[in-house]
Amino acid sequence: MKISVIITLKKDVLDPQGKVIHQTLDGMGFNDVNEVRQGKYFEIDTKETDNDKAKAKVEEMCKKLLANLVIENYKIIDPK
Amino acid sequence: MKSSVITFPGSNCDRDMDVALKKFGFKNKMVWHADAELPKSDLVVLPGGFSYGDYLRCGSMASKSKIMQSVINFANSGGMVMGICNGFQILVETGLVPGVLLRNKYLEFICKNVFVKINDKKNKYFKNVDNEVLEFHIAHNEGNYFCTNDQLKEIQDNNQIAINYCDENGKIEDQFNPNGSLKNIAGIFNKEKNVLGMMPHPERMIDKSLSGEDGSLFFKNLINNLK
Repeated sequence: MKISVIITLKKDVLDPQGKVIHQTLDGMGFNDVNEVRQGKYFEIDTKETDNDKAKAKVEEMCKKLLANLVIENYKIIDPK
Repeated sequence: MKSSVITFPGSNCDRDMDVALKKFGFKNKMVWHADAELPKSDLVVLPGGFSYGDYLRCGSMASKSKIMQSVINFANSGGMVMGICNGFQILVETGLVPGVLLRNKYLEFICKNVFVKINDKKNKYFKNVDNEVLEFHIAHNEGNYFCTNDQLKEIQDNNQIAINYCDENGKIEDQFNPNGSLKNIAGIFNKEKNVLGMMPHPERMIDKSLSGEDGSLFFKNLINNLK
């Protein structure tokens, strides 16, 4: 089963990379952008076949390694 | 005094630290990250570098490596653990010291000498250092210290800020903050002050003709405090 995870920076955390991307987009003529926040995306292929169990395991992975909860939020995308 | 320097894949200041520790009298051992046991030590150092290529987040992989469980146990039982640069990043990822180190504010790798002001001397790292201000070297891309408001209040209440970026006279101002760190924080302690994480490299300032000698002051003092 494949489970996807999106990690984003929390609202109050400065994202200089997002800012530079925003500026560059601006320079390219994409003038209607309000803000850009950069994040991370993971695809985890697990042997687990039970939906809930797999999600619970991935949640544990997020808390222990994939995200740093001081600055990041994680979102697990429901497996299809 | 016995010390151990942990080498992770991608560490590159481990041998500099070895040279520095030996120069000032430590009997130092190099310890591989995949080892489980820590040799008997009075001081454990997590050196600078790019452990695991800075994958995921700087220090995140190294913080889960085999030796780190022993280092965490050692720290929790009162052992002296010092993390420099990438070692500081590893320490925050273990949770031994609060906060995180973000990408530098202006997205540039910074490599230069800086001045830091010692904020607290009631600890074995800085006790009896005569100077208030030390000149150290920094070289990092992710040294922008950040923590939550609650954490900041806690570290201020407990006097856990070890050193702040400043000018040569000890003035702590925004213009002397190289990387955007909250409150110009360059290094912090855990609550008990046996664990120190800092971005500057004292081991690069131990030779008069090559750099400066403020690192020598630091190490000479450290070994005396541990005796």
